[in-house]
Amino acid sequence: MYRYDEYDRALVQARVEQFRDQVARRLSGDLSEEEFLPLRLQNGLYLQKHAYMLRVANPYGTLSADQLRVLAKIATDFDRGYGHFTTRQNIQFNWIELEQVPDILQLLADHDMHAIQTSGNCVRNITTEAFAGVAGDEVIDPRPLAEILRQWSTVNPEFLFLPRKFKIAISSSASDRAAVRAHDIGLYLYRGDRGEMLLDVMAGGGLGRTPILNERVKQALPWQHILTYTEAVLRVYNRYGRRDNKYKARIKILVKTLGVDAFAQEVEREWALIKDSDAVLTEREYQRVAAGFAPPVYERLDLIDPEYGAWLARDPQFGLWVQRNTQPHKVTGYASVILSTKPGASAPPGDVTGEQMNAVADLAERYGFGEIRVSHEQNLVLPDIRKQDLYPLWKKLTEINLAKPNVGLLTDVIACPGGDYCALANTRSLPVTRAIQERFDNIDFLHDLGDLTLNISGCVNACGHHHIGNIGILGVDKSGEEFFQITIGGAQGKNSSLGKVIGRAFRTEEVPEAINRLLQTYLDYRELDEPFIETVNRIGLDPFKERVYQTPTATAQVTPEEASV
Amino acid sequence: MKNIITTVNGVSTVVHDDPWSMPGEDDSGNRDYQIVSLERLLVLAESGESLQKLYGVVLHPDDDPGVLQPWLDSLPLIALQFPRFSDGRAYSQAYLLRARHGFEGELRAVGDVLRDQLAAMRHCGFSSFAVREDKSAEEALKGLEVFDLIYARSVSTPQPLFRRR
Repeated sequence: MYRYDEYDRALVQARVEQFRDQVARRLSGDLSEEEFLPLRLQNGLYLQKHAYMLRVANPYGTLSADQLRVLAKIATDFDRGYGHFTTRQNIQFNWIELEQVPDILQLLADHDMHAIQTSGNCVRNITTEAFAGVAGDEVIDPRPLAEILRQWSTVNPEFLFLPRKFKIAISSSASDRAAVRAHDIGLYLYRGDRGEMLLDVMAGGGLGRTPILNERVKQALPWQHILTYTEAVLRVYNRYGRRDNKYKARIKILVKTLGVDAFAQEVEREWALIKDSDAVLTEREYQRVAAGFAPPVYERLDLIDPEYGAWLARDPQFGLWVQRNTQPHKVTGYASVILSTKPGASAPPGDVTGEQMNAVADLAERYGFGEIRVSHEQNLVLPDIRKQDLYPLWKKLTEINLAKPNVGLLTDVIACPGGDYCALANTRSLPVTRAIQERFDNIDFLHDLGDLTLNISGCVNACGHHHIGNIGILGVDKSGEEFFQITIGGAQGKNSSLGKVIGRAFRTEEVPEAINRLLQTYLDYRELDEPFIETVNRIGLDPFKERVYQTPTATAQVTPEEASV
Repeated sequence: MKNIITTVNGVSTVVHDDPWSMPGEDDSGNRDYQIVSLERLLVLAESGESLQKLYGVVLHPDDDPGVLQPWLDSLPLIALQFPRFSDGRAYSQAYLLRARHGFEGELRAVGDVLRDQLAAMRHCGFSSFAVREDKSAEEALKGLEVFDLIYARSVSTPQPLFRRR
């Protein structure tokens, strides 16, 4: 992991003092709520339905065991015992008192953490995939450049008041596990013919009420220009992005309005004027940061561990878990383990208690190298586990309810907190999530369905990324009543696509049956091991629509036109 | 103008006798220190009037600062507007005027100018600040006394931190 030096430490410490002063001025009335709002947002503090919510940054989803214990302490001492991991690899605490926030930020700063720019119209937490540095299909470890971007974008004075929020993701694997194409800037890192590091820069992606996948604006950018080129994109956006309408202010609207080629030319013109500047990254800086991500000292292990093999043969439950919840590791004899935060009805997706966090921190130290990752799918990852330790680890994870063998399956739902917490949401995403998880609890059925993503958003802001779920569910409010609109065919990764609406929206209690009919249609039509998304792509929407709407169990109440307003 | 903070050689102070007036402001005092709109500046330039050290100009946030290129050597002051403090276009205009066009005169932030943004403004090249009139300039001065280390380069620290650490 990247270790803070005296500059990094001084910055986060100073920021705590600054915010302590700002909170005091807000409480004394010197600052109006309107003036305080962007200051608190840039420190991760939202005012939600019932209380303040604090979003803490987990840069590119990486945590040390000690840092996870700090999050556990915040959950226990300042919140109601749990935190919520988000699709941006961050963690949110939902029940926070304003007066206590400076102390929480102090606790974070003392452990090289912060909540800076986890909100507000600025560059947000840089994300990458949870298996960075260890994935079997990785080309280049994206974390050094992610950290360099984190530093560059933190309190970058020119870009603190952009037209709208700005999200950057970077990926460098055969599969894109970071939803790169749904980002304002998406970066694909790869090697050129001579082994040099290059970037394809994608711009103008975002979900929300106008979902758009980003498009390539620059091919084969030498890595040294990651900052100059990003600066050029942000300067063009800061100057020309719309500010008159919050819903048209994301960079995707600017790119779409200008056209991607004209936008790219505008950026190119700006970049030409700054690309030979001191902002060009140096090999020395890259190496300084990369040193923090040097691989741990792995043991030389055999490809096959007899004891592990024996447990696989003896315990089919363990086998199921290994099949779904582990990922190939680049080092022989190791695996990465995914801890499902989706046990079903007993806890909302992404919610983890303080006790669980402490237990995971202990396991990360006992079986790994003391490191934990947060995945875009809101799960936790132990990146470096010896295969011979998988069985005892699984036993312990089962005890703390983090071993549901459903990673990548229907019940591994991505969901926003919805109207139960969020001031923006107009429907509650958690009850419908729970209803689906209860209906489809048969693990054999889920495994038979295979890879299938289900994403739920409680409103058009699309925090649950419903557009890129194979099945997407969007909550819509119709005269004070909650309805849910279903899309199918969405996908993230290298073959990203946006889902299409199947028809009229459903009441909460009707959603599980509608999903069931979608699944039955798939099972009827699938060929061999074809996953759900490929069947949808092959046969189109019509067979699904026919089955879902053939009988009135799924009562129609809202037309799609109304629901998509 | 009232409620002005200026920064000279790194030292920021509240100025009580600022001579400048904004367009439309009561300029019964010193007629030699008027800040005019870009449109007015272009008219004055067209009519051949001497622009030396008499007129400042205020840009709209949408204006390309490059239009001032012909007069940058003689303009004593350029004002950039913050219609709301959350509207950050003037940060980029300031950067361009300083870093790209080499403007060396006074660069003034006007509009919704508040204490908690002053340090970022200074980083981008602003050298004076017309603090919103219902706020105390003395209080706002504290906004320039904060720790303001940044990683990226800026007008005030042209070398990014990675070249110095």
